[in-house]
Amino acid sequence: MGILLNEQSKVLVQGITGREGSFHARACKDYGTQLVAGVTPGRGGQLFDDAVPVFDSVGEAVDATQANVSLIFVPPPFAADAIAESVDAGIPLVACITEGIPVHDMVGLYRYVNANPVRLIGPNCPGMINPGARCKVGIMPGNIHMPGRVGVVSRSGTLTYEAVGQLTAQEIGQSSCVGIGGDPIIGSSFVDILRLYNDDPDTDLVVFIGEIGGNMEQEAAEYIGSSEFGKPVCSLIVGATAPSGKRMGHAGAIITGESATAESKIRALERAGARIIPTPADIGDTVAKALTEIGLRA
Amino acid sequence: MKLHEYQAKAIFARYGIAVPDGNLAHTADETAAATASFGGRAAVKAQVHAGGRGLAGGVRVVSSPEEASSFAAGLLGSRLVTNQTDPNGVPVDSVLVEALANIDKEMYVAMTMDRDHRGPVLIASAGGGTSIEQLAAEDPDAIITEPVDPVLGLMPYQCRRVATRLGLSGPTLRDAAGVLSALYRIFVENDCSLVEVNPLIVTGGGSIMALDAKMDVEDDALFRHTDLQQLRDRNQEDPLEAEAADDDIAYVSLDGSVGCLVNGAGLAMATLDVANAAGAAPANFLDVGGGATDEKVAKAVSIILSDPKVDRVLVNVFGGILRCDVAARGITMAYEQLQAKQPLVVRMLGTNLDEGKSILAGSGLDVTFADTLTEVTAALSNPTAEA
Repeated sequence: MGILLNEQSKVLVQGITGREGSFHARACKDYGTQLVAGVTPGRGGQLFDDAVPVFDSVGEAVDATQANVSLIFVPPPFAADAIAESVDAGIPLVACITEGIPVHDMVGLYRYVNANPVRLIGPNCPGMINPGARCKVGIMPGNIHMPGRVGVVSRSGTLTYEAVGQLTAQEIGQSSCVGIGGDPIIGSSFVDILRLYNDDPDTDLVVFIGEIGGNMEQEAAEYIGSSEFGKPVCSLIVGATAPSGKRMGHAGAIITGESATAESKIRALERAGARIIPTPADIGDTVAKALTEIGLRA
Repeated sequence: MKLHEYQAKAIFARYGIAVPDGNLAHTADETAAATASFGGRAAVKAQVHAGGRGLAGGVRVVSSPEEASSFAAGLLGSRLVTNQTDPNGVPVDSVLVEALANIDKEMYVAMTMDRDHRGPVLIASAGGGTSIEQLAAEDPDAIITEPVDPVLGLMPYQCRRVATRLGLSGPTLRDAAGVLSALYRIFVENDCSLVEVNPLIVTGGGSIMALDAKMDVEDDALFRHTDLQQLRDRNQEDPLEAEAADDDIAYVSLDGSVGCLVNGAGLAMATLDVANAAGAAPANFLDVGGGATDEKVAKAVSIILSDPKVDRVLVNVFGGILRCDVAARGITMAYEQLQAKQPLVVRMLGTNLDEGKSILAGSGLDVTFADTLTEVTAALSNPTAEA
C-alpha cells in the first residue's frame, strides 16, 4: 500500500510547459504515474505531448480531470501562489519541488496550508514515490526503486537516491520514499511522515535520514521513542563535519546552536531506540542487518 | 546578503528610527574632517560584515581629529579579525564616523525568523552590550522573546509589553514601542533574515536611538529588491564562495585537502562525512546543483582547484538530471584548462554512466573509479591504490 500515493492518485503538474516541468512530467508519466493534467496560465487548451490537457488554472484542471495530487515546478517568485492555488482548488496532496522560495513567503503560506485539509510536501524537495503503485510524483530517478516494505524519509534529493540505491542493491524494496525538503519552513515535518508510516500496514521498517540544522530531527526522535510509534527505525544524520554558522547548500542546513549539530541529533535518536547508521556508506548494510534481526530477512 | 552598518542605518532613518549623525569616511583625512565636524569627538567604527568589531579593535571613541586620523590610518586597508571571522579576517575599506550619544541605558533588540514558530520573533534584553550570545548562555531568563503572528503582524500591545519588560516607562516606553514596530516593518518589507540593534539606547534626554544596526537580507528574496541589490559589498565575501554563488554553485571552504564535487546538498554533506570517516579531511563543501551543464561542472572544478590546499579531488555524482557524461566532460575541460594534475577519485551513478567513465578513462588524468561509497572510502584511505 505505502503512504501518500496509490493506484488512485491522479496527478497534475503546475508549470508543465517549463523546462524542468516538462522533463519531469514526462519522466513521471513514463514511470507509470497517472498524469491527468498540466497547468500553465495562458496555455489553456493545449495538449502536453499530444496527450495531457493543459489548463489555465488548477480549478479548471480539477473540474475536468478530478486530479487529486499536484506537483509544482513553477519558479520561486510564483511558487507560493501556485501552492495556494492548489489548496484553494481542494487538492489534498501537493508536492512543491521549487528551490529558493523566500522564507517570508512561506511564513503566511504555512498557516494557510495548516488551516486547510491538505498535505504539502516541500518546498525544495525531490517529491515522493510509491514503487508498488508505480506512482512517482517528483524528480527522483524511478529505475533505482523496487517495490517492498521499507519506508524512506529524508530531507534531500540525491542523498535519498543514494539510500534507495543501497537498499535496492541488497534487494530491499521500498513501500514509499518521501523527501520533505531542505528549507527552514516546509509543509510536512519528519513526524508527519513517520506517523503515516506508523499507520501503514505495508511498511515494516523506516529509514530516516536527517541533517544538521533546526530541531526537526529531535522532534522525530521524541516521536520515535514514544509508545505511539511502533516500527523499527534505521537512522542516518549527515553533516557531522560541517562548520557552525555556514549554510551547507540547503537553506535549512545551518548549525545555529547545540541542538542543531549532528552529534546531538544522533544522541537523541540513539536514546529513542533507533538503529544508527554509522556512515552514509552503511545504509544498505544497516537495514539488511536490522531486518535479519527482526526476522524479516533470511 | 549582509548590509553594512551605515547602509542599515540609512534604512532605519527612513523608517523613522533615530540614529546618530554620521559620515562615511574612506581615508584618514576624511575621518579627521568628519570628527572635526562633530566638534572634535566622535565614534569611529570599521565597516565590515562581521560582529565582534569592538573587541577586535575595530571601534574607538576618539577625542580629536588627529586621533581619529591615526586610528583610521591604521584601520583602513587592513583586515580585521574578529571572533566571527576566519583567521584571514575581513577588509576594512571604510569607517563610519558618528557624533557621540549620551547613553542612559543600553538594550538589545532583534527580529529574526524562528524555525520552531515558523515565523518572525522579536528578541530583546535589558542587558545590551557586546555579547548577547554569552548572556543567552548564562542567563536565558534575561532574554525576552515575543513570537509574531504573521497575519496580524507585530501588534502595538506586544511592543509595549516588551518595552515594559525592558524596564521602560512613560514617554520612553511609547517611543521604544514605536521603534520596535518600525523594526518589524523593516524586517518584513525588506525580506530580512535578521535585523539586530545592539545596543539600542535610551539617551540622557529619554529618547530611543539605535547606536548600531545590523541587517541580513535573504538571498532568495533579493530578486524583488533591486534597491538592496545595489548595497552588496563583494569585498567582504569569501572570493571563492562569491564566485561560486554567481554561478549558482553552493561552495563552502573547509580546512582539509580533499576537494569535493557533488550534486545535491544532502549528498554533498554525506560525502564530507564519508571522506572524514576515511581519514581524508575535505577542503570544501560543493553542491553543483541538479541541471548542471558541462561548463558549470568545469567552473565548479576550477573553483575547487583554485584552493591551493587541494591535493586530491573526490567526485560523487548521482546522475539523474545531471548526466554522467556531462559531468565527465566538465571535469576534463577544467583539468585541461588549468593543466591540473591532482589525482581524482570518481564515483558516478546514473544516466550515461559508461560514456562518462570512458571520457575520464581516456583523458590521461589520474582517476580511481569507485562504484559505491564503500569503495570511495577505500580509495580515500589508500591514496596510492590504482584503479
